[in-house]
Amino acid sequence: MKRRDFVGLTGLATGALFIPSIPGFGSGIEVDPLRLLDAAVDPAVKKKLADAALNAAKAAGATYTDVRIGRYLNQGVFTREKQVQNILSTESYGAGIRVIANGTWGFAATNQVTEAGLAKAAQLAVQIAKANSKVQKAQVQLAPQKGYGEVSWKAPIQQNAFEVPIKDKVDILLAANAKALENGASFVNSVLFQVNEQKYFASTDGSYIDQDIHRIWPTFGVTAIDRASGKFRSRQSLSSPMGMGYEYLTPKAADKVAGPAGSNVIGYKNSYDILEDAAAAAKQVKEKLTAKSVVPGKYDLVLDPHHLGLTIHESVGHPTELDRVLGYEANYAGTSFATLEWKAKNIPYGSKQVNIVADKLQPNSLGAVGYDDEGVKTKEWDLIKEGKLIDYQKIRDQAAMVGQKESDGCCYSQSWQDVQFQRMPNVSLRPGTAKLSVDELVKNVDKGIYIAGNGSFSIDQQRYNFQFGGQVFYAIEKGKITGMLEDVAYQANTQEFWNSCAGSCDQSDYRLAGFFNDGKGQPAQSSAVSHGSATTRFNGVNVINTARKIG
Amino acid sequence: MAILSQDESQAILKKVLSFSTADECEATLSGSNGGNVRSARNAISTSGAADDVSLAVEARFGKRSGVATCNEFDDATLRRCVQRAEEIAKLAPESPEYMPLLGAQTYIAAPKSFAASTAGITPDFRATQIGKTMKICDEKKVTSAAFLNDEAGFVAKRNNKGLEAYQQYTNLSFSITVRTPDGTGSGYATGDYNDAAGFDAGALTQVAADKAAMSRNAKAIEPGKYTVILEPAALVANTDASLLAALMNALDARNADEGRSFLSKKGGGNRKGEKLFDERVTIYSDPTNAEIASLTFAGDGRPQKKMTWIEKGVVKNLYTSRFWAQKAGIPDIPRPGGWIMEGGTQSVQDMIKGTAKGILVTRLWYIRPVDPQTLLYTGLTRDGTFYIENGKIKHPVKNFRFNESPIIMLNNLEAIGKPVRVNGNLVPPLKIRDFTFTSLSDAV
Repeated sequence: MKRRDFVGLTGLATGALFIPSIPGFGSGIEVDPLRLLDAAVDPAVKKKLADAALNAAKAAGATYTDVRIGRYLNQGVFTREKQVQNILSTESYGAGIRVIANGTWGFAATNQVTEAGLAKAAQLAVQIAKANSKVQKAQVQLAPQKGYGEVSWKAPIQQNAFEVPIKDKVDILLAANAKALENGASFVNSVLFQVNEQKYFASTDGSYIDQDIHRIWPTFGVTAIDRASGKFRSRQSLSSPMGMGYEYLTPKAADKVAGPAGSNVIGYKNSYDILEDAAAAAKQVKEKLTAKSVVPGKYDLVLDPHHLGLTIHESVGHPTELDRVLGYEANYAGTSFATLEWKAKNIPYGSKQVNIVADKLQPNSLGAVGYDDEGVKTKEWDLIKEGKLIDYQKIRDQAAMVGQKESDGCCYSQSWQDVQFQRMPNVSLRPGTAKLSVDELVKNVDKGIYIAGNGSFSIDQQRYNFQFGGQVFYAIEKGKITGMLEDVAYQANTQEFWNSCAGSCDQSDYRLAGFFNDGKGQPAQSSAVSHGSATTRFNGVNVINTARKIG
Repeated sequence: MAILSQDESQAILKKVLSFSTADECEATLSGSNGGNVRSARNAISTSGAADDVSLAVEARFGKRSGVATCNEFDDATLRRCVQRAEEIAKLAPESPEYMPLLGAQTYIAAPKSFAASTAGITPDFRATQIGKTMKICDEKKVTSAAFLNDEAGFVAKRNNKGLEAYQQYTNLSFSITVRTPDGTGSGYATGDYNDAAGFDAGALTQVAADKAAMSRNAKAIEPGKYTVILEPAALVANTDASLLAALMNALDARNADEGRSFLSKKGGGNRKGEKLFDERVTIYSDPTNAEIASLTFAGDGRPQKKMTWIEKGVVKNLYTSRFWAQKAGIPDIPRPGGWIMEGGTQSVQDMIKGTAKGILVTRLWYIRPVDPQTLLYTGLTRDGTFYIENGKIKHPVKNFRFNESPIIMLNNLEAIGKPVRVNGNLVPPLKIRDFTFTSLSDAV
C-alpha cells in the first residue's frame, strides 16, 4: 500500500468513471482557493535561498549543483449532471536539489524552504551521490551551459484562471452538462483543471531563472444508455489541454474548424466552445448506440488533429526520446526501435510527406517555456525531415552520448520533489504546403474512415505495433461521408503507418492536441505536451472490429 | 518526524478537534518516509529520498463541507488550519450527496502491515542492493535496468462523532528488466513486500537474466487463439493497468446500477448474484492476510473486513460509496485494499508440464480499455514469451498484441496455480484457452 493510493481513495477517486487521474494533485496540499492568488515569492528571496543550497552542496563536495524552488498550484472543479461533486485547490511549495559528486548524480528535496532547510537537503543530495558513486562505473558528462544571470519568462496568458470566481467556472460546466442532457445524454461528467507553475531555477553555471507557467483543461465525458438492450456508449470532449489562461473558454469563430461535410465534427484551435461541443457530443453518442458495426479490413484513414496528436505522441514522440533509445527507460516505459544503429541505416521512418519537428516554443502549447528545468534556453529542431529520422530529443547529460555538444532544452520535472529528466517537447507534424481543405482530402478517398478525437491507445515498448480507437468514426465511400461507424480500432506498425502517409491539409487546418499526463520514469512522473498537425490521410491501414459478446 | 506513534498522532488530532466549532469535524494525519534508486545500463541513473507528514481537516456546517491542510503542527498552525476549513465550508454549496460522518468504529486488530526492517532502510542499503544486480549482470554480460522503492508510513484519523483509527505500514517494491547485448532477448522479474527481510535482489535478477537469455532470437508464429499460461505479473502489474485489476476496478455498484458497467442488467439493475465466471474463480479480500496485510480502514473510516467478491464464479458483492449504499438500499461496502484470487498448488513449471501446446506469457504491457461494455482490453506481451509443446518450453516467440476481456478469459479457464504476491495482491498463474492474439510485434 502506498500513501499516494490512500490519498487518491479519499479524494478524487469518487465516481471517477470519466475523470482522468491527474498527477500533481497528489503531491499538493489542499488550500483555500484564494491562496492560489497569493503573490509569487520575490525572486530576490529565492536567489538567497538558492545560494544557500549552492554553497552547502559545494562545501560538501559537489562539483555541480542546481536548485529548483517551485510553487505548484492546481485547481479542479468537478461536476456531474446538475451538481458539483468537488472543488479542489492545492498548493505545493518546496525545493529540489540536484548535485554531481564523485562524478555521480544525487538528488534530495525538502518542503522546509529556509536557508537551513535547503542547505540540509543539499548535504543529503551529496551524501546520496557519494553512496551511489561507490558502485558507479562511468562519470556523468554534462554538456557545458553558459549562465544567463538573473532572467525571467512568463507565459503570455490573457486571464489567470485562478482570478476567475469559482461560481463562474461551476456555471459554465453546469451549462455544458445541461446542453448534453437536453440533447439526450444519460450522464455527463465535466471537469475544469487549472495549473500554475511558479518555478525558480539556479545553478552553479550562474543562472537564476524565474518562470511563470499556466495550463488549462476543460473536459467532459457523456454517456448514452439504452436500457432495453443494456448497451452504453460514451464520447469525450474534443477540447485540448492548452498552455493558456481562462481565455481558452471564450469561443471565437476563427478558432473553429469543421470536419468533412456530413460528419458534424467541429475541431478547435486556440479557443473552445464547450456548450457547442457538449451538445454535439450528446447527439453523436446517441447515434453511436445504433451506428453500423465496422467490417474489418483495409481502409484509407483520414485522421483529425485531435486524434492524430496521440498517434504522433506514441509513435514518433516516444521512440525519439534519447533516454529510451539508449536504454534508460528499459524497466518501465521501454526502449525504442529507432536506435542509433537503425538511424545510421537511413531506413525511411515515413513517406516524403512526413516532416516532424520538436519545439518548446509554440504559443499556447503545453511545452512552451523560456528555459527548461536544467537552465537551457528552449528552441525548435527537426526530428524527421522528408521521412528520414535526423535527430533525437536530448538533455545535458545525454548530448555527449551521441557526440553532440549541447542539450535540446527538454528537461522537466513534475514538481520540486521529483528529479528532472528528459521529457518530450511538443512534437508536431508540419501541415501540407499546398492548399488543401479537409473536404478536398476526403474527395479522393474511395473506401475509408474519418476518425475524430483520441480514444483507446496502446503501443509496444519499442514502439513498433500500435492500436488506436477514437471518439467518433465515419465511413467514407467514393469521396463522401456516408454515416457513422462503431467498434473501430486500427492496428499498424509505426514505420508502415508513417510510410503510408499520403499528405496533410494546409496550415488553415493545423491545430494542437494535448495531454496533461504523459507518464515516464520511476517513480513515475507526469508531464504535459502538445502535438500540432492538420487532418492527414494514411492509405491501406488495417482496421479491426472490437465488438465482443459476453454471457 | 515522519512516523508518528498512535499516541503522538491522536494527541495532535484531539487538539485539532478541540479547536473546531463546526457541526462535524474530521482530521486525518498521514506521513511517510522513503527512498528509491534506479539503474539502467548496469549503472545507477537516479535516486532520491522523500519525507512528508500532512494533516487534512474537514469541517462541516449542515451539508456544507470544507477541507484545509497543513504540514506544521504547532498550536497556532493547527488553529489556523481548522479555521480555514471552517471558512471554506461556510462558503461551499450544499452537497447533494451529503452523508454524516461515521461514529466510533470497530476495526480488526492491526495486522503486520509494518516491518521495522523496511522502515530502517538507508541510502547505503539501496545502493548495495542495486549494486548486487549490476554486478550479476556485468558478469553475465547482459544489461539491466532496475528500480527499488521503499516507504514507511502511517495514517491516523479522528472525528467529533467518536471515530478513531491508526495504522502504520511499510512497502518495498523492486523490478528489473534484463536485456541481452544483441538486443534480441529481454526478461523481467518483480517483487513487492511489507517486510524487506523477504527481498532478494539477486534472486530476482537471476530470474530476469535467465528469461532474457532464453528469449533470444524469438520465432514468429501466426496470431490467433492460443492456450496461454499467464504468469502472475501478466495478470496484475504495479506500473500499468491489468486484466485482473480491471475486473476488480469494475465491481462498483453505482456504475452497474446506472447502466454503464459490464455488471449492468438489461432493462435496469445489476448482475450481482449471477454466475459470470468459471466455478473455480473465487476472489476475496482480507486486510489481515500476513502476506499482503493492508489498512483495516478505508479512506472515509469504514472498516475493511474479510469480504468475498466472487465465489465459485458468482458475483457476491459490489463495493459502493456510502451515499449510493443508502440511496440504493444496498450493503455499505468499501473498495478493498489488496485482494486474493484463490488458487491451487501448481507452480508455473508444473503448469508448463501439463500443457500439450500453448504459450507462456511473462508479462503484459500497455494495457488499455477498448470497450467498457465488455471489459475488452488490448495490450502486448513483453519480456519473455515462449512456445510450449509436450510439457516443455520449445522456443521463444515474437511478442503479440492481444484483444481480450477478463470476463471471457475467466470463462475459458483451464487451470489455476499457486498464488504469489503482486502489487499488494495474491495472484495465481492462470492457464486459459482461446486467448485472443490479434497481431505480431517486432518489439523485444
